[in-house]
Amino acid sequence: MSGPQVTTELRRTPLHDLHLRLGARMVPFAGYAMPLQYAGGIIKEHLHVRAAAGLFDVSHMGQIALRPRSGGVADAARALETLVPGDMVGLRPGRQRYTLFTDEAGGVLDDLMVSHQGDHLMLIVNAARKAFDEAHLRTRLSDACTVAPLADRALIALQGPAAEAALARLSPDVQALRFMDARPVTLAGAACLVTRSGYTGEDGYEISVPASAAVALAGALLRDPAVAPVGLGARDSLRLEAGLCLYGADLDETTTPVAAALEWTVPPVRRAGRPRAGGFLGADPILVELLRGAPRRRVGLRPEGRAPVRADAAVFDSETAATPIGAVTSGGFGPSLDAPIAMGYVGRSAAATGTRLFAEVRGKRLPVTVADLPFVPTRYKR
Amino acid sequence: MLKYTKDHEWLRVEGDVATVGITPHAQEKLGDMVFVELPRVGARFDQGAVAATVESVKAASDVYAPVGGEVIAVNDKLSAEPGLVNAEPTANGWLFKLKVKDAGEAVTLLDESAYQALIDAQG
Repeated sequence: MSGPQVTTELRRTPLHDLHLRLGARMVPFAGYAMPLQYAGGIIKEHLHVRAAAGLFDVSHMGQIALRPRSGGVADAARALETLVPGDMVGLRPGRQRYTLFTDEAGGVLDDLMVSHQGDHLMLIVNAARKAFDEAHLRTRLSDACTVAPLADRALIALQGPAAEAALARLSPDVQALRFMDARPVTLAGAACLVTRSGYTGEDGYEISVPASAAVALAGALLRDPAVAPVGLGARDSLRLEAGLCLYGADLDETTTPVAAALEWTVPPVRRAGRPRAGGFLGADPILVELLRGAPRRRVGLRPEGRAPVRADAAVFDSETAATPIGAVTSGGFGPSLDAPIAMGYVGRSAAATGTRLFAEVRGKRLPVTVADLPFVPTRYKR
Repeated sequence: MLKYTKDHEWLRVEGDVATVGITPHAQEKLGDMVFVELPRVGARFDQGAVAATVESVKAASDVYAPVGGEVIAVNDKLSAEPGLVNAEPTANGWLFKLKVKDAGEAVTLLDESAYQALIDAQG
């Protein structure tokens, strides 16, 4: 079954030793040694986040400061709008937005968060893409901006209905934040950048903290009995239940924002006929797809039985069809639903909610039904 | 007396019947079980053939027949309670029973100390 793991040259986050003390099983992920789970296991950790609060180490993700050479942050926003379809110019100080790096063909190079930090923009990008993203930003934006990876910072996510109370014990200021607000907050004596966001579908925060203060902050949060450490395993099942995309699985250069059902990341101001229409890599094909639709679409899939349907399973529109009409891109088990769940891409004619399809697992065609996303209602504090 | 395979199955032979499951080490490595696919009664497997699949939250893993034989019983409890494989891997978490074709095949399996040495070496 599971073989020995190659653990050479893995990078460590500032919380590495804490994970070991907490009994984590460490696995290689995007070049880092990361906690897959702790002693309680993935299902317990998952349910704890939905019921109380979970602390996640996401320090492997890239934190990048994008600073305007002119000194005017609007210039950085305008420059960034050449690489993303989102409204960066309209992003107000203290606010954060989810957006996508696109390529000339309209594919997705990465998904990211961008927050307005007053005099600069801060980007949070996927661990596996951060070297690429930094090079992409430098190549494309160096005339207007400096690109500075913040390597000396950890990133801690605190997620779940008890997250607000737990973090408010360290600073009551965090209660005032609404979903996607971003503020500097002093926590456990350290100057942190806090956003009210996350990737679990729950209310919660992501905290960028100086590496030297990360262990003290994590320790202070974990002293709250409502807060438990949660690994990458539950992070994946939580985001899948919340219908959120994992880059490299549900999103990549072959998927467009429209096919990925992420049309909302292209706001009206950047669509055809508007003053700031287009102007980003891949704008031509993406704006056309926004009008005409994409040939395939990301959908939720609910297997009818108990067997999980996992990534790469082919999807058919009948038990006997020779040619697949799509494929699963993320799939597994949803502990909050006590049922298997999946996401995948299917031809547009099969994408309507309620459509009955078949996913091939170990040579068998298992019935699955196209389902609305998210599988579990999100509970953001808007 | 349990016997073990390099692939982390265990085998308990009583007469010509062998009960098969996955080891405590294997269930711990795989994590929380959410689904077990068992063979049908009457199916025949050669030694080393894929006979079942156990699925944890994170992955599906094949279970190989430690010896050849015919399936004479499967653990139906696991369809409702796959977590038994985690909680009691060598007792109520058994997977299937085989009528052993060739008792000599069991001789090739590992005993407790050899299996322990194997998992110690794998870390």
